[in-house]
Amino acid sequence: MIALEKRPEPSRTFSLAAPLLAVLATMLFGGLLFALLGKDPLEAIRTIFWEPLFGEFAFFYRPQLLIKGAPLVLIAIGLSLGFKAGIWNIGAEGQYIMGALFGAGVGLAFYPMESVFIFPLMVLAGAFGGWIWAMIPAVLKVKFGTNEILVSLMLVYVAEQFLASMSLGLMKNPEGFGFPGSRNLQQYASAHNAELITGSGMHWGVVAAFIAVIFGYVLLARHRLGFAIRVTGDAPRAAAFSGVNPARLVLFCLGMSGLLAGLAGVFEVSGPAGQVTIDFNVGYGFTAIIVAFLGRLNPVGILLAGGLMALTYIGGDIAQSKLGLPAAAIQVFQGMLLFFLLAFDLFTNYRLRLGRTEVA
Amino acid sequence: MDLSAINPILFIAGFFVAATPLIFAAVGELVVEKTGVLNLGVEGMMIIGAICGFATAVETGSPLLGFAAAAVGGAVLSLLFAFLTQVMLANQVASGLALTLFGLGFSALLGQSYVGVKPPRLADVDFGSLAEIPIFGPIILSHDLIVYLGLALVVAVWAVLKYTRIGLVLRAVGENHDAAHALGYKVVRIRTLAIMFGGACAGVGGAYISLIRVPQWTEGMTAGIGWIALALVVFASWKPFRLLLGAYLFGGLVQLQLNLQGAGVAIPVEYLAMSPYVITIVVLVFLSRDKGAAPASLGRIFHASS
Amino acid sequence: MKFTKRQAAKLLASAAFAASFAAPAFAQDDKTKIGFVYVGPVGDGGWTYEHNKGRLAVEEHFGDSVETVFVESVAEGPDSERVMTQMALDGADLIFTTSFGYMDPTINVAAKFPNVKFEHATGYKRADNVSTYSARFYEGRAIQGHIAGKMTKSNTVGYIGSYPIPEVIRGINSAFIHARKSNPDVQFKIVWAYTWFDPAKEADAAKVLIEQGADVILQHTDSTAPQAAAQEAGNVVTFGQASDMSQYAPFPRVSSIIDDWAPYYIARVQAVKDGTWTSTDTWDGIGAGMVGIGEISDAVPAEVKAEALALKASLADGSYHAFTGPLNKQDGSEFLAAGATADDGTLAGMNFYVEGIEGEIPQ
Repeated sequence: MIALEKRPEPSRTFSLAAPLLAVLATMLFGGLLFALLGKDPLEAIRTIFWEPLFGEFAFFYRPQLLIKGAPLVLIAIGLSLGFKAGIWNIGAEGQYIMGALFGAGVGLAFYPMESVFIFPLMVLAGAFGGWIWAMIPAVLKVKFGTNEILVSLMLVYVAEQFLASMSLGLMKNPEGFGFPGSRNLQQYASAHNAELITGSGMHWGVVAAFIAVIFGYVLLARHRLGFAIRVTGDAPRAAAFSGVNPARLVLFCLGMSGLLAGLAGVFEVSGPAGQVTIDFNVGYGFTAIIVAFLGRLNPVGILLAGGLMALTYIGGDIAQSKLGLPAAAIQVFQGMLLFFLLAFDLFTNYRLRLGRTEVA
Repeated sequence: MDLSAINPILFIAGFFVAATPLIFAAVGELVVEKTGVLNLGVEGMMIIGAICGFATAVETGSPLLGFAAAAVGGAVLSLLFAFLTQVMLANQVASGLALTLFGLGFSALLGQSYVGVKPPRLADVDFGSLAEIPIFGPIILSHDLIVYLGLALVVAVWAVLKYTRIGLVLRAVGENHDAAHALGYKVVRIRTLAIMFGGACAGVGGAYISLIRVPQWTEGMTAGIGWIALALVVFASWKPFRLLLGAYLFGGLVQLQLNLQGAGVAIPVEYLAMSPYVITIVVLVFLSRDKGAAPASLGRIFHASS
Repeated sequence: MKFTKRQAAKLLASAAFAASFAAPAFAQDDKTKIGFVYVGPVGDGGWTYEHNKGRLAVEEHFGDSVETVFVESVAEGPDSERVMTQMALDGADLIFTTSFGYMDPTINVAAKFPNVKFEHATGYKRADNVSTYSARFYEGRAIQGHIAGKMTKSNTVGYIGSYPIPEVIRGINSAFIHARKSNPDVQFKIVWAYTWFDPAKEADAAKVLIEQGADVILQHTDSTAPQAAAQEAGNVVTFGQASDMSQYAPFPRVSSIIDDWAPYYIARVQAVKDGTWTSTDTWDGIGAGMVGIGEISDAVPAEVKAEALALKASLADGSYHAFTGPLNKQDGSEFLAAGATADDGTLAGMNFYVEGIEGEIPQ
């Protein structure tokens, strides 16, 4: 009989080994899947994991990893604060959209004026947009006890409709021959979130993501607020006794995650994406939830998890075009990776024991 | 603008069809959440049900067999979630999201050869002369079997949760798994069964979309209905009949905005399209005085020796 | 110190970039490599499905002398830019980008790869190595409108739109003009789904239109949901969209508009092989075979079918333009004088209804 036994302390060895094991297991089962689809499994796995990092065109893909990973990390850091405290914001996608709309709105309003103040103003507006959108579930939760999971999720759909409305109406490019979508901010110097070093992928959003990681780390490890977050998540009652104000914590956690999601939105719309379009949002807000958990709600973990997700996206696209793998197979592969990462995480906190024990 | 263009009888009858996929998926999830498990993978299980049901119906020519296969497909996929969360003690939110990702991809692989195929149709139930009763007949007695099964399922879940020992055990596990365990209930087994039930229901809901509501197979065709089903459960504060009401409200609001457009009411469409979500939030605020409706152990990980 | 180091790195980076971006384009082998970027999955049964059929036709036509690659479900924006760059790096000679939202990314990538040819569907920005192409679907709408006007008994035609963009509005106008010509009493009921893809919502929209008295449904969305709703209603006429949807023939589906990209794709690949490719703006209709009209079924009376085929022939040989004056805009102002035809610029950016259509375009 095999039984699980909780470790007195999380195993350091396994917290490092588990992700590696998970990736190996994914390679094994993913390879099997690719083989079933009639593709060379080794080649497929090499393409997904190796090609973007060390392949012939790595000079192009490495910066792309930053571009793809930055919004994920930025959003996930914000979400992790709330998740740690048991506050569930699953509407980051909506906050991301609103951040982009507020930020782009400010930028477009100034067009064609050129000034160094426009981009900072846009960033502020974007942060505000995300923040205010997250404050709706936060205030409703504090005032009426309304479930924040549901409200934040509903607001994603509302934000998507706003986005459509803006791309077709108010923000539509007047020189776009009636087609939907705003002016391209990449072609408006004062509003363009350009790469800081050409070809490096480093734009302000990437910088913000790294700062957020440090900020998250310091907050959780050193600051009183971080302590309040951790205590509330582990033992809400104890938190109340130790003087944590739950309402303020809700406002802070939701507000912070909204703010960071809004920032991700404005950096994306003014940089890599360039314009407000109906399909501007591509699911970063939802994927970031997965990233937050894969990173075990730990800032450094999130950084690595964001990078890994970005890698599978980029490698997956390469595998599609090089090997003719269907997009669906890549999705299944990503799903497997998540499953294995989540499953093997068990061994960080538990160990297997052989012998007779009570049956659970 | 011509509001008389809206036929109230057909308008209301339309609720039933629009609400059925939601009802199945949400009622299944309700049972799952009652046992303290939050499975965000509804969308993934629905789409697996949609393709399993579609493929089976096409191959066998029987829509009912299709629905059965959809239930099996959804349940099998949900086992993956059960294994992760119950055996491997993984986080439920993340596992559910991963399940959706996996389900969307896997269904697309399964469905590659079914694009553009037309499935066999499930006939409406024949109520004979009863269906000719004015108003009642065309609204209530004009649907297919699955619509009525969905209604029956809601009643059954309500009755089981409220009046039977099974319901008591389910709720006990959801409220306090440690206490339930101490009383000798097999928490993991009970939850796994509930998760499979949820998967089966979501599968049937998905198949209703691919076999009746649309009916065709295309990748990603559930288009977010699974997420709305999740919202419905919370909206209903885990009460089956409120869930039914919510499903009609949701289905009805979509119908209403399309009807108003057809009647030429000049309201900006995007604001009409967001109205169901806004109204849900408003209703939610009013309903949220009802505290303590959520199962106390919802989303928490259970391990026997801890 | 720091400053100079960073500067050096910057220089290095850009040099490496220039060198390696230019290199692969020269590294040509005998096979012509063609990339396709799709916005949806190839299994969507509509827009992407038809583009992929075009790709398969290219493979079949050229056999071993071409190699095609594709990436599906590519989000518009930075993801599409990355995928295009990747295809170009991997040595693609010609890349088809098949969604309006790929416009700016296509232009961006094309600027970095002057030796790779790009073909962008439905856009308006071109460059020396970027062509645009689109189909005059409105010609097909004219035929649908004609049949719709004749087939409706309730004089109410339902129209399911996706988003209120010129492409869709043009189709509505074209259908309406010709429906009015064949039946002066006809009215259009227009419902906007505000989604590109949500089969369940399309089903709802069709049902609502039918309940409100429409007995002909035209759709500018790609799923068969409206067909099934019409079949259930029993007496409602529909038209296939994007693909033939012949599984619903002969009734309710009485005809269809089919996107047929194969002839264009084959011609453009041939041009690249011959070295005759130049940047062009193609907007082809029934005549060039880009817009296919699915078989008109026997549910349509013989004389209507004959009229529709005559209309098709006149559109195909160019003797008739679907937007021929006299036509007024919805507000009564003149759109086209008698005998005048709309120029392509007006059509491309069409954002108004013609006279007779009720309701407003949502803004």
